[in-house]
Amino acid sequence: MVVIKPFWSQNEYIQFVQVEAMSKELEILKILEENAKLTPKEIAEMIGLSEEEVREIIKKFEDEGIILKYKTLIDWEKAGNEIVYAIIDVRVTLTREKSYDDIAKRIAKFPEVHAVRLISGDYDFQVVVKGKSLKDVAFFVAEKISTLPEVRDTFTHFVLRSYKEEGVLLFKDEEDRRLAFVP
Amino acid sequence: MSRRLNERVQGIKPSGIRRFFELVVGRKDVISLGVGEPDFSVPWSIRESMIYSLEKGWSSYTSNWGLKELRYGIAEYYKKFGVDVSGENVLVTTGVSEGLDLALRALINPGDVVLIPEPCYVAYKPLTFLAYGEPVSIPTTPNFEINYDILNSYSKFDPKILIINYPNNPTGVTYNRKKLEEIADFAIEKDLIIISDEIYAELTYKGKHLSIAALNGMEDRVVILNGFSKAYSMTGFRIGYAIANDEIIKAMTKIHQYCMLCAPITSQIGALEALKLKEDELDKIRAEYIRRRNFFVKRIGKFLDVKMPEGAFYAFPCIKNTGLRSEEFAEKLLVEKGVAVVPGNAFGECGEGYVRCAYALDMEKLKVAVERIEEFVENIKSN
Repeated sequence: MVVIKPFWSQNEYIQFVQVEAMSKELEILKILEENAKLTPKEIAEMIGLSEEEVREIIKKFEDEGIILKYKTLIDWEKAGNEIVYAIIDVRVTLTREKSYDDIAKRIAKFPEVHAVRLISGDYDFQVVVKGKSLKDVAFFVAEKISTLPEVRDTFTHFVLRSYKEEGVLLFKDEEDRRLAFVP
Repeated sequence: MSRRLNERVQGIKPSGIRRFFELVVGRKDVISLGVGEPDFSVPWSIRESMIYSLEKGWSSYTSNWGLKELRYGIAEYYKKFGVDVSGENVLVTTGVSEGLDLALRALINPGDVVLIPEPCYVAYKPLTFLAYGEPVSIPTTPNFEINYDILNSYSKFDPKILIINYPNNPTGVTYNRKKLEEIADFAIEKDLIIISDEIYAELTYKGKHLSIAALNGMEDRVVILNGFSKAYSMTGFRIGYAIANDEIIKAMTKIHQYCMLCAPITSQIGALEALKLKEDELDKIRAEYIRRRNFFVKRIGKFLDVKMPEGAFYAFPCIKNTGLRSEEFAEKLLVEKGVAVVPGNAFGECGEGYVRCAYALDMEKLKVAVERIEEFVENIKSN
């Protein structure tokens, strides 16, 4: 909630309006992150803006690179299409010429690489690799990652099963058991 | 009238909603806006604490009053609604339903008049009647609100108790400080006791909930009823509480110790965990309800007259422009379109011409439900 001061300067007022508008903008992001299928019209009805305003805000987020992409979360295993994921811990050697950023970018550009994260602990990077089979992933790591001159060693963990991805449970063990009529 | 059964019990009509259950049996396509509970499941931390307590063998009775930690926790928690009491004034009950029954039985002498603004939750009138009180309905349509003048026009009944519920089931109406002060003025003037059902307090969307017990001169004449069902989805755990002055809470506990003994211990432990939940968790739930409410009311408002609810998770649109009565509307909508709503007259005679729609449903289903209702209403209008 916003506490409104009795006497406002023009500047304070503008700031207040901006803060209010900002929270609506963030709300749009939160809504879309949860369900990208909602139309601007529906979002407008949910948060009390006009459809046009919502379209503009979304457009702005897209242009600014805040909304990067609209994706669908798929349980590939269930779809019968096996995909192998592996988490590769990578330890690197830094030099004057090669910083973390340089190395990370080099790794990230491989299409087989699903995610690259700089991490704390024994290893420097966590690289998530996606492939069609164990062999596929193992060869990729051996040929493309381990052979990079800055890479000292790697440690590969194959993902056997996933229970939760992107904050979404991949199993369903609860159902709506509510009575249809309760006064 | 049977000589075997209690006269008052025989004087209560069974709920009209019963028969609607039969209409949904075996139907898979039904989207229910007739629910009275959240669609969010109980936060995992609460469930986990309950499971752990069972592993540890917490299965005994507790004190009649409830776990001390919980009572003091509730007293501390209620400061957020403006009330500062000791944990000694808190009684843990098996839901607001029991709390309401205890309060009415503790307060009513045969023939005492209880004012009940309607539309309201279905239990107020029958429980008053069973406690040998005389319920007097106050119709509040179309604004669904009471104020000093309305209440004052009922002073001729010489009332002893007033039951209020805000945010309200089924209308979603709530009261700000100014409006509460009018009610409080009337209560003080007529020396009334107020039973304040605040079960939807956390689901307040306009301003913050303020308990009427927080107002000057009210600390001694309010029984607060609340619980964990609506904010934490703990409906089936049957866990709530009452807050009142020493005299009243002790009287209520006397009844409670004989008819209930104590609230289930597992539920009490879950409630303790619920009190630890961070405010931003509740903010998230509120934000989600607000979005659904805005969407639902905006859509439904295109073809039915509906007031913007300020709390709870119900909208109470008027269906008079369809020419149907509430029950007819609800039944036809269910049979023809597979959408369940509760007829407004279930909440008092003045609820006739309205239906209650719970928007405690995910957006996808809510969208379909609104489309089906629109088709249904447009079809009636065009015929």
